Amino acid sequence: MSALGRVVRSGVGRRRVQTVVIGLATTMAVTSSVLGGSLLVASTAPFDDAFAEQRGAHLSAQFDAGKATVEQVSGTATLSGVTDAAGPFPTASVTPDTSVGPENPPTLTVVGRTDPGGSVDAVTLTEGTWVDGPTEIVLSADGPLSKTPTGSAVGTRLTFPDLPGAPTLTVVGLARSVSRTADGWVAPSWITSPEGYQMLYRFSAADTAEQVDAGRAAVTAAVPEGALNGSQSWLVLKKTADRSIAVFVPFLIAFGVLGLFMSLLVVGNVVAGAVGAGTRRIGILKALGFTPAQVVRAYMGQALIPAAVGTALGVVAGNLLAIPMLAETEEVYGAVTLTVAPWVDVVVILGALAMVSVTAWVSALRAGRLRTVDAIAVGRTPRPGRGQWAARLTARLPLPRPISLGLARPFARPARAVAMTAAVLFGATAVTFAVGLAASLNQVQIARNHDSADVTVGSMGPGMMGPGGPSRRPAADPAAISAVIDAQPGTRAHYSTATTRMTVPGVADFTKVVAFDGDATWDGYQMTSGRWFDKPGEAVAPTTFLTATGTKIGDTVTLKDADRTYTVKIVGDVFEMSNDGMVLFTDARTVTITDSEPQRAGHFIALQPGTDVTAYTNTLDTALKPLGVNAEPGGKNQASETLILINSLTATLTLMLVAVAAMGVLNAVVLDTRERVRDLGVHKALGMTPRQTIAMVIASVVVIGAVGGAVGVPVGVALHDVVLPAMGDSAGIGLPASVFTVHNPTGLVLLGIGGLLIAVLGALLPATWAARTRTATALRTE
Amino acid sequence: MTTPVIELRDVSRRYDDGPPALSDVSLTVHAGEAVAILGPSGSGKSTLLNLIAALDRPDTGTVTVDGVRVDGMGEAASARHRRAKIGMVFQFFNLLDDLTVADNVVLPAQLAGMARGEAGRRAAELLEALGVARHARAYPGRLSGGERQRVAVARALMNRPALLLADEPTGALDTASGEDVSALLTELNADGQTIVVVTHDLALAQSCTRRTIQLVDGRIAGDVVAEPTR
Ligand SMILES: Nc1ncnc2c1ncn2[C@@H]1O[C@H](COP(=O)(O)OP(=O)(O)O)[C@@H](O)[C@H]1O
Ligand SMILES: [Mg+2]
Repeated sequence: MSALGRVVRSGVGRRRVQTVVIGLATTMAVTSSVLGGSLLVASTAPFDDAFAEQRGAHLSAQFDAGKATVEQVSGTATLSGVTDAAGPFPTASVTPDTSVGPENPPTLTVVGRTDPGGSVDAVTLTEGTWVDGPTEIVLSADGPLSKTPTGSAVGTRLTFPDLPGAPTLTVVGLARSVSRTADGWVAPSWITSPEGYQMLYRFSAADTAEQVDAGRAAVTAAVPEGALNGSQSWLVLKKTADRSIAVFVPFLIAFGVLGLFMSLLVVGNVVAGAVGAGTRRIGILKALGFTPAQVVRAYMGQALIPAAVGTALGVVAGNLLAIPMLAETEEVYGAVTLTVAPWVDVVVILGALAMVSVTAWVSALRAGRLRTVDAIAVGRTPRPGRGQWAARLTARLPLPRPISLGLARPFARPARAVAMTAAVLFGATAVTFAVGLAASLNQVQIARNHDSADVTVGSMGPGMMGPGGPSRRPAADPAAISAVIDAQPGTRAHYSTATTRMTVPGVADFTKVVAFDGDATWDGYQMTSGRWFDKPGEAVAPTTFLTATGTKIGDTVTLKDADRTYTVKIVGDVFEMSNDGMVLFTDARTVTITDSEPQRAGHFIALQPGTDVTAYTNTLDTALKPLGVNAEPGGKNQASETLILINSLTATLTLMLVAVAAMGVLNAVVLDTRERVRDLGVHKALGMTPRQTIAMVIASVVVIGAVGGAVGVPVGVALHDVVLPAMGDSAGIGLPASVFTVHNPTGLVLLGIGGLLIAVLGALLPATWAARTRTATALRTE
Repeated sequence: MTTPVIELRDVSRRYDDGPPALSDVSLTVHAGEAVAILGPSGSGKSTLLNLIAALDRPDTGTVTVDGVRVDGMGEAASARHRRAKIGMVFQFFNLLDDLTVADNVVLPAQLAGMARGEAGRRAAELLEALGVARHARAYPGRLSGGERQRVAVARALMNRPALLLADEPTGALDTASGEDVSALLTELNADGQTIVVVTHDLALAQSCTRRTIQLVDGRIAGDVVAEPTR
């Protein structure tokens, strides 16, 4: 065994290139697998854990108090398929006025509940106590009012000026409901005239959307027509919860699979190459009394040692890289999940080592089976040459002889050439995919920012509503501002927006409603499907909103603010990511947004070509001064952290894949050069110059690079076309067409040439070695 | 007398930390001469030949071939020098197995950039002259040892070299083929080709050359020009 150990060790030491290639390939595959696997687990685990613990509602339903009685609503608890139910709880939409907290307090959906526990939606108190009487309120720990500039909202008071008697409530606690059943909880007696009733259900089967829909249908049928005016499936919430990191999963899986194929390819190729190059050595080992199994093991060892090192490095890298990404989930539940689930590490380690072992074993089998006499006899008789047809064919090409000699080379070793081509193919696929992904994400960025406006007045764009809120609110009449802008020379187009918050019955999160005055279509808004609204009463909303409210294009949606109800028809699915996609865009004439209501407004101006932005802004600013608003040059938004993270991860993983691909080529060319050291010597003795030698070796990979590039690029495009929608789907957003059509012919040709570059890069080093080989030494062999 | 084709002055060469493979060798070979270098295995014969071919560089001393100093030449320059001035024949033929006989023979001309048609004609001529024309499209693996060595000689002569170097050209051949190759070399020399042949076979040396140089442990131990016997 120690003899075997020495054979292995000397083998590893002597094949530095192979060792590094195997190590790097495994590192790359393991890193992306650990990342993808842990994010996949982390993206579902916290929600699933919390949901199980709280016995979350599979369906939370909102009934119209005017259309169904308490008895009818509570009767739904005994429907077949309903295993547990809570409610009916009285509900109301109320708007507080706070002295502290956000400048524009939102409308809250409050639910009357005496007990946070129960068999469904056992709400977790994160701070303080539960409501005990009609002067107290518990707020959602995730809501905008839960924090004040000085800390927790517990102890603060909320006044409700719109309610009779303008009552005041003291915040006594903060609570978190995984089912997002309310923005606040009060004593049931506080809601004197309920707008509706909330029922929370758990079903015997609720794993698929169909099953939840069946439950919803049963509930709908059990109450009078139209009484169920809103509902929310737990699957939608789950998806929302997964969103922040789930978006990483599809592309990490893509890289994981690419990396895995690549490392298996490299391992197989390297071991087979080592066996091929070491035939004599194998014969000698066997002649000395090694059993076939020992020989196979010796060669497996040569692959397994670097693979184990690569796996270790990959696990460390994967865990380190996972931390910034997992940190994003942590915010969602406050759960401490900052490390990768240990079993993911274990599974990846075992999986990687098992696959490497099997590949190495299969590739090394030949060494075990080799007959000793044949092995020792190798080199005495000239091999029957393969690919002689290719040599004859290329010899006729009107090319310098070293180049035509090189071109014929891959055909002499077809198996090795195929493996090299596959390595280049994977490299080209990765690069194409990465370039496409980056371009698509850039398009997402453009569509998300819609910041084409050259000059803005009064507010930030609707896409930029951050939690901090705006610092200015134009007190002036938007029409007056518009008139000033119209009068300003250089104005090409402009529109204004007013933004407010409304609720959709049955949906816990408020919806940001943006009312547009003027044509805004020039400002980068992108449709996923349908069209932009073109008359009052029509609206567009992103996929997230449509999913959450269960609507599709052509349906109508009910919106409520403090005192009014609007019904709008959805005519399009717009790409919009602000407010987590709970956004609705409509015409200014559809909704009334009065000065007294919480709102923000802004004007967005496009200038005529050639207009000096600074001069225009200054003049406009002066003209607007009397109205109390300012004009500013259109700002460029910063890229989101998620997109930056995706881009840098993509770049890192692609670089690793390209490096592995190039090193795969390098390794194969090194093997080839070693085998042909005598031929190279002959060439030199016949007068081949170093430059001609380099040209010959490089030419030997040109066909491989060209084929790998030509096949890899379409594969990369196809991968992009599969992964991108999957990423959008994981994120719960629809993507506009502009995001998909990022490849152009010139770019693709350049990427194909990239495949060639990978191959040439890999061949460059061995080519110079070949050119430098001492001819005298080379010819001495034998 | 004619200008020397080979001129070595105090050439020494030593590999790593072994004993010197050649020490203080000085040697002059004139155009039209045929020289045999004799000596036991390991005496430095191949090393000497490699230095003349500019495949290797001496540690000290100078090597001049056809009036050009080659001992300090760079790789590219020496390759060009080799393909213009020197033809080499080896013990184990060193034909390229994946090229046909004809392709092996034209290769030096192709490397030198000779026009295709001209190179093809010259190769055909040579193969004809050396009696292996019928194997032109075969692969070297199919040929007998003697035939392979004839092909190797044809390839060495392709660029009309000033100097033909042969390192144990009969070492891998049976007696009959060996004599055949030796006759071929004699014939070439009779036509004016300068030849240096390395061998440890005295018979070969005596049959095709008049001058024999004896190497022992990297030193010239004898340099004899035989009296014309005929
Ligand atoms: N490339 C080399 N590296 C190390 N030692 C060498 C090398 N080539 C030749 N030698 C040594 O130099 C000496 C002369 O070798 P060589 O010229 O090949 O002898 P010959 O051709 O007469 O048999 C020998 O001892 C040999 O081992
Ligand atoms: Mg020798």
